[in-house]
Amino acid sequence: MEFIYYFGDVFTPLSFMLLLGGTIGGLILGATPGLSPTMAVALLIPFTFQLEAVQGLILLGAAYTSTVAGGAVSAILLKIPGAPANIATTLDGHAMAKKGQGARALQLSFLSSAVGGVLGVLLLIFLTPLLATWALAFGPSHLFWLAILGVTVIGTLDSASVVKGLLSGCIGLWLATIGFDDVMGAQRFIFHPSLGGGINIIAALIGLFAIPQVLTMFAKGRHDNGAEVIEVQRHSVFAAMRELTTRVRALSIGTTIGAVIGLIPGVGGQIAGLVAYDQTKKFSSEKEKFGTGHSEGVIAAEAANNAMVGPSLVPLLTLSIPGSPTAAVLLGGLLIHGIFPGSDLFDNHPDVAWTFINSMLIGQILMCVFGLYVAGLAARVAQVPQSVMAAIVLALSVFGAYSVQGSMGDVYIMACLGIGMYFLERFGFSAAPLVLGLILGPIAESNFVQGGMIADATVGRASYFLTGGLNMLLISVVLASIAYSAWMELRHRRYTTKEEAYA
Amino acid sequence: MKRLIAGAALALLGLTGPIQADEYPDRPIMMMVSYGAGGATDFQARIVTMTAANEDALGAPIAIINKPGAGGRVGWNWFATQADPDGYTLAVYNAPHFIAQAIKGGVSYDTDSFEPIANWGADPAVFVVGADSPFNSMADAMAYAKENPGKLTVSGAGLFVGHHIAALQIDKASGTKMAYIPTAGGGAAAMKAVIAGEVMAGINNLSDAYRAQQAGNVKILAVADLERHAFLPDVPTMREEGLDVDASSVNFRGVMVPKGTPPEVIDKLSETVTQMFASEEVAQKMSAGGAPIHVMNREEVARMWAERQQTLKELLAGL
Repeated sequence: MEFIYYFGDVFTPLSFMLLLGGTIGGLILGATPGLSPTMAVALLIPFTFQLEAVQGLILLGAAYTSTVAGGAVSAILLKIPGAPANIATTLDGHAMAKKGQGARALQLSFLSSAVGGVLGVLLLIFLTPLLATWALAFGPSHLFWLAILGVTVIGTLDSASVVKGLLSGCIGLWLATIGFDDVMGAQRFIFHPSLGGGINIIAALIGLFAIPQVLTMFAKGRHDNGAEVIEVQRHSVFAAMRELTTRVRALSIGTTIGAVIGLIPGVGGQIAGLVAYDQTKKFSSEKEKFGTGHSEGVIAAEAANNAMVGPSLVPLLTLSIPGSPTAAVLLGGLLIHGIFPGSDLFDNHPDVAWTFINSMLIGQILMCVFGLYVAGLAARVAQVPQSVMAAIVLALSVFGAYSVQGSMGDVYIMACLGIGMYFLERFGFSAAPLVLGLILGPIAESNFVQGGMIADATVGRASYFLTGGLNMLLISVVLASIAYSAWMELRHRRYTTKEEAYA
Repeated sequence: MKRLIAGAALALLGLTGPIQADEYPDRPIMMMVSYGAGGATDFQARIVTMTAANEDALGAPIAIINKPGAGGRVGWNWFATQADPDGYTLAVYNAPHFIAQAIKGGVSYDTDSFEPIANWGADPAVFVVGADSPFNSMADAMAYAKENPGKLTVSGAGLFVGHHIAALQIDKASGTKMAYIPTAGGGAAAMKAVIAGEVMAGINNLSDAYRAQQAGNVKILAVADLERHAFLPDVPTMREEGLDVDASSVNFRGVMVPKGTPPEVIDKLSETVTQMFASEEVAQKMSAGGAPIHVMNREEVARMWAERQQTLKELLAGL
């Protein structure tokens, strides 16, 4: 309960101003395509040089929480996921925006972000020691199986057919091999110097999601320009709150998965949203509505990606190991003030530690308030004529891809992937499984190689990868997931053949 | 095409006419870090360049650009092939990393592609074990390695980086063979593997290991350097522990420019930047963050590069 004692520090005038500034600034940065939470926090680090440690961290904590939620804005309205965390939000969120329900989608996303986020930070406050052991429990073999579990999701994720889902997942896995491999340094498929670093995930996201949409808009030409202006429906905040209370299942699945997976160093943040989306779909009674603008999809994805924020800092705060790139940047922000995370932080600088955590808690709520305020205005973006919209999205895409590393190479990669995806979409392939392959490929590969090296030196591969409680548990979940997909596919086929027979 | 775009970007920054040494620099300078934002190299680069805009330093701010990927190869390839040698594009080097990569091949740079300016930091590799490990000295670890050849698992940040080189030197000095496990996530992931007990030992940066030891998570058994380190006065060097390991694996960080940069610009930079690194303000921020400082001028860095080139060539010859 120590944290309550330090709540006062968040509300001193300067601290609260920084909190407000960090939250609003974070929302804007988060909504800008190409600026991931990691980069937003890195951009703010120089400002903290002049501040005291506590104030600097308030700014960073607030910015971190609100950039994650802000990413939903461009994901929903423009179909540009700002970071891997927002991919799942795009699937149903953008479909809702196209139907004129952008305001509703944004309101739901901010509300579920806040719920997930607050619960995540509360977990960080109360269960840190327990969570720290959980974060350490995942070795290479477990991360490998976790990635495989992610691969089993590919077939069922946002695709017309399992086969097409698997095929685009395979394309993603292949794209992931491009570049110098992470462990051995071997060169693979480097046809052009800008591929040396592999395919940057953010540039790929922008290309795969935004560019096909831009091309489609251009392809329609000017003829039906006026005809397709979408009527943006107004939506009251209270209605959104009421809707959230009826979607408890999506909210709780999202929060739980986000918090649990977000904890795992190096993996969690990227796939939490997608796994939560997929699980919510499997447990939902309205499976067929997912992908067509169903609110459960948005709620699960956004609850998951904000629930991850608190737990993702556990390895940093307790063990001094940054578990994610954003945590690494925050580590820099602590070190610059001479504060070492770990037991030292909570013993000798409790004011810094708890004020930082409290600021994330309050930041979640402020983020939600401001988010709801702008949701109605932002949703009007859908009224912009298509030809103008296409140009804006294209400009933002180029800007976003360039700003990731200040490199034209990423812009070329974005353009190539985008054009490729445009044609793939025409054949019924979809971008989400491809991106999942791109994210999971390196995780599965590097952990398999690394685990294999450890296994060769110690107990042998079979017992390293196949024995032990956690391995067995993960393997059985993988098998269950495959069995479920196969069963659903078979059942689906039987139904369709029956219907065809009746017809 | 790329040169065209880069040129256009530079034109936007206001480049006109040839550079005169007395008016250099007349606009902001860019410094490329070939690792991601938030990593140790990036973090230190931002601290040591924070005073660049002062009148007694360069009088122009230095902006950090990150080009991470493939253990630094992406950034250094870009720097060697595409950066303009006009003094407005600097880069951070991590020796011995780029030298070892150049020896192993597959990259478009070697020590001759760059001109050193000054060195700011030296982060030695240390040998760490988990807090509850049965090993309490290098002798314990080496005894295990001798009895179980190839079974002592040791994590490090990757292949052909300082950690790997230290592991190779330990192997050579002790006549054993450890199982070196490169991790994909860099030093932080390698440290996590040690703390979580996935590997029996690890080789990691002194600055990160120091923090982990403060947090009570690891024991540091030895430093791969010629002298004991001020942060860890009680930890012996490898030589004190009877292993003939020199300073070849120490991670030196500093600033360089592309070959072909005008000599008067190099002179101006090497003089001012060396002074900048040695300033009180920088030293204070660096030591507060647990980042070991070690300032060297242009000649000293050039000598260090040449020595590393020599030792690494011999060490990596058999691989």
